[in-house]
This record gives sequence, C-alpha cells and structure tokens, in this order.
Amino acid sequence: MSLLEIENLSLDIGGTPILKDVDLSLGAGEVMGLVGESGSGKSITALSVMRLLPEDARVSGRISFGGIDILAASEDRMNALRGDDIGMVFQEPMTALNPLKTIGEQVAEGIRWHTRANRADADAQARRMLDRVGLPAQKFPLTRYPHELSGGQRQRVVIAIACALKPKLLIADEPTTAVDVVLQAQILELLRDLVNENRMGLLLISHDLAVVTEMADRITILRGGEVMEAGETATTLSAQLHPYTRQLAQASMHVPERRKRHPFSPLEGRMSPKETEGGVSGGTASTLPAAISPSEAHRPPLLTVQNIAKDYPGRRTSLLRKPAPVRAVDNVSFSLGEGHSVALVGRSGCGKSTLARMILALEEPTSGTIAFRGETITGRDQTSLRSARRDMQVVFQDPYGSFNPRRTVEWLVAEPLHLLDGKPGRAERRELVSQALHEVGLKPSDMQKYPHEFSGGQRQRISIARAIITRPKLVVADEPVSALDVSIRAQVLDLFAGLNDRLGVAYLFITHDLTVAKAITDEVMVMDEGRIVETGRTAEVLTHPRSEAARALVEAAPDLHRAIAKRMQEQG
Amino acid sequence: MISFLLRRLGSGLLTLAVASVVVFAVLEILPGDPARLMLGLNATEDAVQALRVEMGLDQGFLVRYFHWIGGLLSLDFGRSYTYSVPVLDLITERAAVSLPLALISLALSTAIAIPVGVFAAARRGRTADTFAMAASQFGVAVPNFWFALLLVYVFAVWLRLVPAGGFPGWHAGLWPALKALILPAVALALPQAAILARVTRSALVEVLGEDFIRTARAKGLPQKTVLWRHALRNAMLPVLTILGLQFAFLLAGTIIIENVFYLPGLGRLIFQAINQRDLIVVESVVMLLVATIIVINLLVDLSYAIVDPRLRVRA
Repeated sequence: MSLLEIENLSLDIGGTPILKDVDLSLGAGEVMGLVGESGSGKSITALSVMRLLPEDARVSGRISFGGIDILAASEDRMNALRGDDIGMVFQEPMTALNPLKTIGEQVAEGIRWHTRANRADADAQARRMLDRVGLPAQKFPLTRYPHELSGGQRQRVVIAIACALKPKLLIADEPTTAVDVVLQAQILELLRDLVNENRMGLLLISHDLAVVTEMADRITILRGGEVMEAGETATTLSAQLHPYTRQLAQASMHVPERRKRHPFSPLEGRMSPKETEGGVSGGTASTLPAAISPSEAHRPPLLTVQNIAKDYPGRRTSLLRKPAPVRAVDNVSFSLGEGHSVALVGRSGCGKSTLARMILALEEPTSGTIAFRGETITGRDQTSLRSARRDMQVVFQDPYGSFNPRRTVEWLVAEPLHLLDGKPGRAERRELVSQALHEVGLKPSDMQKYPHEFSGGQRQRISIARAIITRPKLVVADEPVSALDVSIRAQVLDLFAGLNDRLGVAYLFITHDLTVAKAITDEVMVMDEGRIVETGRTAEVLTHPRSEAARALVEAAPDLHRAIAKRMQEQG
Repeated sequence: MISFLLRRLGSGLLTLAVASVVVFAVLEILPGDPARLMLGLNATEDAVQALRVEMGLDQGFLVRYFHWIGGLLSLDFGRSYTYSVPVLDLITERAAVSLPLALISLALSTAIAIPVGVFAAARRGRTADTFAMAASQFGVAVPNFWFALLLVYVFAVWLRLVPAGGFPGWHAGLWPALKALILPAVALALPQAAILARVTRSALVEVLGEDFIRTARAKGLPQKTVLWRHALRNAMLPVLTILGLQFAFLLAGTIIIENVFYLPGLGRLIFQAINQRDLIVVESVVMLLVATIIVINLLVDLSYAIVDPRLRVRA
C-alpha cells in the first residue's frame, strides 16, 4: 500500500475552483515531483495533505496517509501527524522561521511537543539534527537567531524542523526557489540523503523541471488544478506525449532567437595585478575574431568601469575600535559596448547587485570611476546625472513590489519621462506610453488599468516598458525573470532579445541562473566575493568554465537535458 | 547596544533642554503678573513691585531661566507663589496620588486590552470579533470624563460601593486609598484599553498571516498554542509603541479625571496653578511630565530590544 494516496481531490476556495480530481500516490522511500506553473494548485495540494488550508476552502475526495483518512481526521489527530509523521519545508526560508526565537528553540519545540521529552533531551536531539543538516555546533550553536543566518542556512534549519522526528513523509514546497544554484544543489543533496537514510517519502513541489528530473522517481504535472500527465520521470519527459508536458519542457530550455549575435567581445576583463593569477579571462580581444569594423573600434565603449570598489561598514565588535569595513565589490573593471548584452553571474551575496547599483549611480563607490558614454558619472550631483539616468534604466526582479499599487499603468510607465529635457505634453506623453506598451506586447488600452489587474509576466512587461520609454542605451536588469514561470519566462526573454535587436539597447543582466545567461547574452562575467574572476563569451564560459567559481556555478546548475539523460542511463 | 542607549539618552537630554526653553518662554509670554495676582487687585504698585523683586521677577529672562534650570538640577524647584511651600514638596505629595493612578490604569488597560485583542484576532471575521471591535470602537470614541460620570453614577451613587470623589490619603490605609482610586483608574483605562485592543488585534492578525506561523502549525502545534507562543510576541512591537505613547495621554488625562473625582494629584495641581498664575509650579510640573515621558520612551526602546533580538545587533 502506498504511503500517501490522493484520490479525486477537488477543492474550491470561496467558490473559486482550485483543484479538480487530483490523483497522486507516493510510496515509502520514493520521490514524487509535483510540477506546474504558479496557480496550478501545487501548494494547495500540499497544504491539503497537511490540512492547513484556508478556512473557506471546501474539499472533496480522499487523502489517505498510512491508512488514516486525512480529510476526516480530528484536529487533534492532525496535530499529532503534523511535524511527527508528516514534515513540511516551505519556499521562503527568509520568513519561514520565527524571528524572535532561537534556532534551537524552534527545532526542539516540535520534538518536545510530540515526544514530551524534557528540555535537555529535546535540545540534544535538536543539536544532532542541526549537525545532520550541516549546521555544526561550533558555528551554529542552538542560541543563534534566524537573522544571524543566511537564506541557505535558514532553509537547513527549516529542514531540521521538518525532519527532526524522522517523518514518514516530507513535503517540500519549492524548497530551493529562493536560493542560488550552488546552495540549491547542496539542499537537494541533503533531501536526497534524508530520503535514503529513513526511507522517507518525499513530495517535491517545484516549477523547475530540471530540479524535479534530477530528484524525482515519478512526476505529476499539474495545470489549472488538474493533473495533465503522471508517470516515471524519465519516460514522461523524454517521450513528452502530453502537449502541455512538451510545452513546459520546451519553455524551460527556451533560447530566444536573436538576429544579430555579436560576434566579438568588446568586453575587456581588465583585472588588477593581484587578481590576474587567480582570475581567468577567456575572451581577450586577441583570441577572438577580429571582426571589428573600424568605426566601431574607435567609438568609446558605452560603459567603462574602472577599478571600482565598495566598502560597507562592518559589524562593531568593540565599543572603542572602529569596525573593519566589509568589501562588497573589490577592484572591478570592465567595459561594455553599445548594443551588447552581458551577463553578470555569481552566487547570492557576491556583490552583483551592489555593482549594479553603482553603475546606476544609486550608490557612490568607495573608490574607482564609472564612465557612461565617455562621461564620468561617479562623484556627480543628482541634477548633472539626469542625462545619464535618461539613457540608463533598470528592471527589477520583483514585478509585484516595484510598482506603486495606487497608480495607473500610464502614470507608472511615464515616470522616467521627467528625465527628458522638454517635458512632454499630455497627448505626447500618452503617445509615448502607448508606444512603449506596444513595444512590450501590451495594448494601449492597458494604460488606464492598475498593476493588480495584471499577471506576474504582464507586470514584468510593464516594468520593461517603463525602462525603455526614454529610449535608453543601457538597461540593467537585476534577476528580471527569476520570479516568473517557465513559459512566461520564455516570453519575457524573447521580449528582451527582440528589444535588443530592434532598439539596440545594451543589457547588463544580473542573474544566478545560467540558462538565462545562456539564452540572452553574448558575454558573461563571473563574480565571486566582490571580484570578477572570469570573463568571456557566454557559450564558452558556460561549457568550459576555468575559474573555481564559474565551475561551481556550472556544475550546480540543473540542466534538463543532462538530467533526463542521466535518468535514462540509470534505468538502462 | 550601549552606544544606542547613550545616543538615546543624549537625544532625551536634548529634548528636555529644548522643552525647558519652550515651557519657560511660553509662560513668559502669557499675560498675568503673578505678583499682582498674589496680592490682589487692591494692592499698591509699590507692594507689587517689592514682591516682584523678592520673587526675582524683575530680573532678565536669561538670568531667571538659568536660575530656574540650576534650581531644577539641584532639585531646588523654588517656592510656590500661592501655596508658599517648596514646589518639590508639593510635587511629591501630589505625585503620590497621580503616579499610582497612572500605573493602575496602565496595568488595567493592558490587562483588558491584550486578552480582548487576542480573543478577537483568534476569531477574526466572526461574530465575537465584530462585537469586540464594535465595543472597542465605542471605547475609542467616548471621552474618559463621560465614563467617569457614568462610573460615579453606577458604583458610587447607585451601588454605593466606592466614594464618588476625594482622596483620604495613603495614611488612611491602603484599602481606603485604593478604593478612592479605582473609579478614576477605570475611567482613564477604558478608552486606552479600547485603542490598545484594536492595535493588538490588528498586529496579531498581520502576524498570523506570516510564513513562520505556518511553519509552527506544520510542527503540529495547535492553533491556540501557536497564537500565544509564536504570534503574540511578534505582535508586541506595535503594542509597546502605543503603550509608550499612551502613557503621555494618561498623564494628560489625569488633569480632567482628577478634577472630576476631586483628587489632589498633579493634574489638579497644574490646573489650579495655571489659574492662579503660579508659574513656577506650572513650569516644574510640565518639566516633570516631559522628563517622565522621555524616560518612558527610553524604556519602550529598551523593551523593543528585549522583545526582538534583531534590534539588539542593529542597535
């Protein structure tokens, strides 16, 4: 008999149908991948198993766990199951822990609650569990608070809480979506080990097909609350019998078509002397085809960054001594030509975003200079930066948080227009906005709507429209697609590529996702601990990484092709 | 943490200094000559002038200001013009009524508000919540002296459980003294409790939507345990902020309530002192209130750090 059996599960919340006849089964020691785009009902399915649904949810069907009828069980019975026989790991490690309680208290709490162990025994068991998930006692005593840990470390604590009592079933809802690829690989490995150690069943929820393929024995694909296809992971994904499966697979490997890929690299990975031994430059001008037309060769680069560094005040350890500064960006130099698309990749906390903020003149570097179109933009006052700001725009990661919810799309998209020299009149402004919306594939009639009326992908289109309305020369995009579903992501990447072709906008793409870098950029810079450690053509760096940091990123990055091939091989 | 405290203390002292200038200057501008008021309308100009010299009122603004400040720092608050006793004695005597009154009503309002807030938040959207919030809306809207009159009518006039006003003094024994303070404390506490209950409820409702609440539920803790163990402490920051602000309102509220109940407290003292142009008393009491509020705010800041470990490091 299966460990978990879901039959004909249907659910609606306040009359809106969310799930329709979902079937799913999972055995002990098995990993089941539950895949689908946002809103497909993955998380609600998981919460139904935990019976932690919103109050106005109405459920029908059957969920049986080890012979217990979950939907009919009493609340006490459910409390006994939750955290003991069924553990759950959530998507957002930054907010999943109570900020006011130590990690020791939070791991021990469930242990004490279920086993009635005394404080000392529970603490000892919590300690063992934290050791097990890779948080050793010397560096991570039980008295640490969540805010003292990084996102990846917090996710380990959440896993420790969920697995403390060796549950029979672990539900992991997008456990690695919010962490970088290297951490993702580590956390997935930890989950795999825990499955093998305790013959635990794992229900792994993810929108990332590659991750699921690497982990799951079987896969269930959800769309709009219905199961589209279910079966063995490798066969399902290689055969791609169901059209939606095919669509998902294609979207996750999507590479936008780009008319003019730049054949040469204008990117000079100039490094400071002390870095040269450690850093590798794969794409110096001499090794690349000398296809530079004379006119282009003499034009100054669009953006020149020279020996830029940024220090932040460190944490004070003594009342008398000044804290040692933390160096976020360390002696970075590069240049970027007009119309080029460059990726800046690296793990979270490597200094990517700080570098981007300095380029956007939102932050002053501690030392070094940045020149945009031949003009220095460092150390200048706000008014003299206006023309630079006009030609340099930004797209942020979160399409939900970057808009004022009380403003119309017209107002939001028109915002950068104040940077223009002549203030456009009302009619002209509308014309510009409607043109920008058209450019990103939205209708002029969308102007009068408010942000909440749009989906995530549409909102990202709006922020792109806002970025291009001043016809900038450079767009800095900070993880612009990482919050989007694969199919939407593919569309937005196409949009970026198209704008590059049509308008000749140069991009600086900041991302930890190598598939995105591969899809849309000509060159890549790999950043690690504040420095650029490798530069070169994207395809080359991603297939033959030379620096340690680049290798780690490439190895950890899940790849659907590779994962399917590996699965097929394992099965013979 | 220590540097944070020193900074806060420094800004507190600065506030105090600014307040002292403002208080002194404002009372200087107000019409009414204390010497003339003390001697009555029939006094001769010479007599008034003599008294002005005696009281030091003939000297310049700055001289008198620094004289006053120097006195405050050495705990010599001067003599009241009307009572002819040291202001310090007057204040200590009156504070023995007002301070217990404020503390009792603060304790009362917290004791009422937090359970009501938790109760409503746990049943958010249901009838009990709607009812509790409607009641608190009423409490917020109705002024405390109206409550005072209502309480006097019910408990003093009708049920005759407690005196309708006056204060027998602490020397009359703990119980009679407390009995005289109960009604005023309740009258002061109810509107405060109503505000605090609403704040507690909304802070809790917000916290209950947080991810870590779901984590706690996924551990197998029942809803109620999660509410008390995980949600309440996280909801305490806004509650503490309001609590600190309310203390200032409580002190201001005593002016009205003490007059309604004929209590010889600071509020009544300041009221009378203003009427009689007893400037030195007004100045001293106002400065005392300002100092109290600064101390309370410092305590609130400290309690933030106790509640929230994140503030310990950042500070």
